[in-house]
Amino acid sequence: MSTSTKSTAYVRTEMLGEETPPITSTGIVAWVRANLLYPWYNAILTLLAILIIVLFVPPLIEFVFINGVWTAEGREQCTTIAQGGVQPDGWVGGCWAYVGAYMGQFIYGRYPSAELWRVNLVFAMFAIGLIPLLVPSLPYKRENIAFLLIIFPVAAFVLLTGGHFEYSGFLLPNFIMEPSTAKFWVDYIILTAIIVGIGVAIARGTDSNPRPIVRGILIAMGSLAVVFIVCAVNFGLEEVPTDRWGGLLVTLVIAVTGIVASLPIGIVLALGRRSNMPIVRLISVIFIEFWRGVPLITVLFMSSVMLPLFLPEGVTFDKLLRALIGVAMFSAAYMAEVIRGGLQAIPKGQYEGAMALGLGYSQMMRMIILPQALTLVIPGIVNTFIGLFKDTTLVLIIGLFDFLGMIQSSFTDPTWATPLQSMTAYLFAAAVYFCFCFSMSRYSAYMERRLDTGHR
Amino acid sequence: MALQGVSHDVGQPKVAIFNDPKIRGWVYQTVLLVAIVYFAFVGIQNMFANLAAQNIASGFGFLGRTAGFAISQTFIEYSQAESTYGWVYLVGLINTLAVAITGIFLATILGFIIGVARLSPNFVLRGVATVYVETFRNIPLLLHIFIWYFGVLRLLPHPRESADLGFLGLLNNRGWFAPLPITDDLFFLTSIAFVIGLIATFVISNWSRKRQMATGQQFPVFQTGLALIIGFPLLVFLVTGLPLTFDMPVAGGFRPSGGFTIIPEFIALLLALTSYTAAFIAEIVRAGILAINKGQTEAAHALGLRNGPTLRLVIIPQAMRVIIPPLTSQYLNLTKNSSLAVAIAYPDLVSVFGGTALNQTGQAVEILLMTMLTYLGISLLTSAFMNWYNARMALVER
Repeated sequence: MSTSTKSTAYVRTEMLGEETPPITSTGIVAWVRANLLYPWYNAILTLLAILIIVLFVPPLIEFVFINGVWTAEGREQCTTIAQGGVQPDGWVGGCWAYVGAYMGQFIYGRYPSAELWRVNLVFAMFAIGLIPLLVPSLPYKRENIAFLLIIFPVAAFVLLTGGHFEYSGFLLPNFIMEPSTAKFWVDYIILTAIIVGIGVAIARGTDSNPRPIVRGILIAMGSLAVVFIVCAVNFGLEEVPTDRWGGLLVTLVIAVTGIVASLPIGIVLALGRRSNMPIVRLISVIFIEFWRGVPLITVLFMSSVMLPLFLPEGVTFDKLLRALIGVAMFSAAYMAEVIRGGLQAIPKGQYEGAMALGLGYSQMMRMIILPQALTLVIPGIVNTFIGLFKDTTLVLIIGLFDFLGMIQSSFTDPTWATPLQSMTAYLFAAAVYFCFCFSMSRYSAYMERRLDTGHR
Repeated sequence: MALQGVSHDVGQPKVAIFNDPKIRGWVYQTVLLVAIVYFAFVGIQNMFANLAAQNIASGFGFLGRTAGFAISQTFIEYSQAESTYGWVYLVGLINTLAVAITGIFLATILGFIIGVARLSPNFVLRGVATVYVETFRNIPLLLHIFIWYFGVLRLLPHPRESADLGFLGLLNNRGWFAPLPITDDLFFLTSIAFVIGLIATFVISNWSRKRQMATGQQFPVFQTGLALIIGFPLLVFLVTGLPLTFDMPVAGGFRPSGGFTIIPEFIALLLALTSYTAAFIAEIVRAGILAINKGQTEAAHALGLRNGPTLRLVIIPQAMRVIIPPLTSQYLNLTKNSSLAVAIAYPDLVSVFGGTALNQTGQAVEILLMTMLTYLGISLLTSAFMNWYNARMALVER
């Protein structure tokens, strides 16, 4: 605006060189200041957190590694002089030799040692079936699921119990035919005929072709018969009653059976709760809310004390089976609520689209709704599994020896009885449960990220 | 044949009676109902037959009989010689509620602290909180209880060498022997002052809200309330001459005498329930705060609110909407989980009523039914209350 002759003495003509930023705003100092020390209460919180770490981590490392005893014959090596051992007074450490000595019991319970290969085979089959299923990129998922849900349970059942079951029939009164294996098969054929008859009647009544229904029933009953035959075959395996099972074996049996049983029951209950039929809905709601409203321990008490009362005289259930029924019912109710959440998240257009295509209810659910709903709630399902896995510990209260139950019962052995024995064993148990549950939760998080389509 | 039918009534297609979805639905439901009633009938019939075979009289008459066993912790009058099974039920229920309510209170505080700490920019604090959550929620609750009861509390000193906590009493492996407050005659004045303070605070906060709505002027409700609820009773307490003494426990040979005892089972159960549930509550709180859009904070700052009021007036009220439903189910879980008391013989409902009383009377059906219905009732009541509260807090959309 004005002439250029005006003095511009205060205007810098050359650029200043770059200054290094103040030491408090770059590098490690700034990072520490911003994250740990500023404002003042943050510094106190940092100190508090460091205090917590110092209070817990070094003693833990000392207990586990520095003072841990890895080889010992008995309690002497794991007790201080004052307690009758060899360690110096004030010694606090884990007695891992004791855990090692009991490892077999912790895993297999009192399963006969000559038959342990059977348990190991079951574990191996489970791992072979499960691991490829968990890796999404591997092919043959359908065959894999079939192996895990059909072949594996039957094989595991025969291997663990020993198989060679005898059947005595269930339908005809005893005065027509003596209870025997032959009577069982006669009964089975009669039952199949009755179910086929009902199927044909329904097909006739609804003016549809009876052939697919009859074929479906025959395939189902035929495969069931194969299962019965396999269970009856004498493989020469020694019978192992379930009261000799224990440890991690029982924990896994309860958890896996509960998981496998609760999923289909949960789906049926969730569909029932969203059904248009008022009685079906009411029954589903009552069932779900009842199991969700009571503690698992009362359910287990009920299955162990009350269930035998409701059975006809002479019919008895295995203790493990009773606990399994309780656990399955309990987790099915929780599963139903998780799946209901998935069903509710499916937009109405999907239902209407399926119906517009002329699909019936079961086709619509099977092919359109459930695949989407179940994928949506995989994290919730896995969370239910984690809860179920942790809840298996409760069976020790009704006298089953699961993993934690075996640990509790190992305390009665005077060979290893030391004041720190329980701490050692619990630390080990906590590590084992943590590994299982944490890996499940990590896997669920991984699936959640993988399945996240970005819109919700 | 079809052509004729169609031409006569187009609006009403003729459907075979089996193909009418309504009729089919009712057939299915009837079949289901008949099956359930049949199984229930057979089951109950079997039950009566089995009970008759075992010579057990069914019915609730046993509730009036004398129980005759001792209970280690009773908040109401209980005598081994006279009290009935009905009374045992009540004692157990109160013990359950005692541990559940204390647990809920402590777990909420701990959970909120850890949940906020998990979002802290301070990485040491965040790390400690994360490790806490991941460790505690991945270990079964029963193991928590065992660790506290058999692992930690067993390591406490014998009664002879009780740890002296000073004013807080004595701690040993038989429990915590806390001082028992004994009130003098004039103490009721302090209680009255406390109630007056509460009412006055309530009135003032209502008035100040109305005034702020009308004029925009703020009133220091918090400070006034603090003075009224704590300061005023304290003043009365001092003026009336400290009408409160403590019965301090005295260390003895077998167990300390005096004071009141908190049994180790209660402590172990409470610590386990609190630390376990707090991990879950922390995750709920974290998710609730993360669910609030960052724009809310920025908008509040742009309006000139500082950090404190932003959190208090903008973030937390919105986060609470996300937090409350899952928080309710955690409270219910804690209450139901308190039944694990039976594993360490804390005398809760399941332990004394569903355990000892059941073993003594053999009335499995009645006792388990009562126990389960009690928990069911607590669950339904809590859900009903929380639903009501949630509806009040819910977003009012226009």
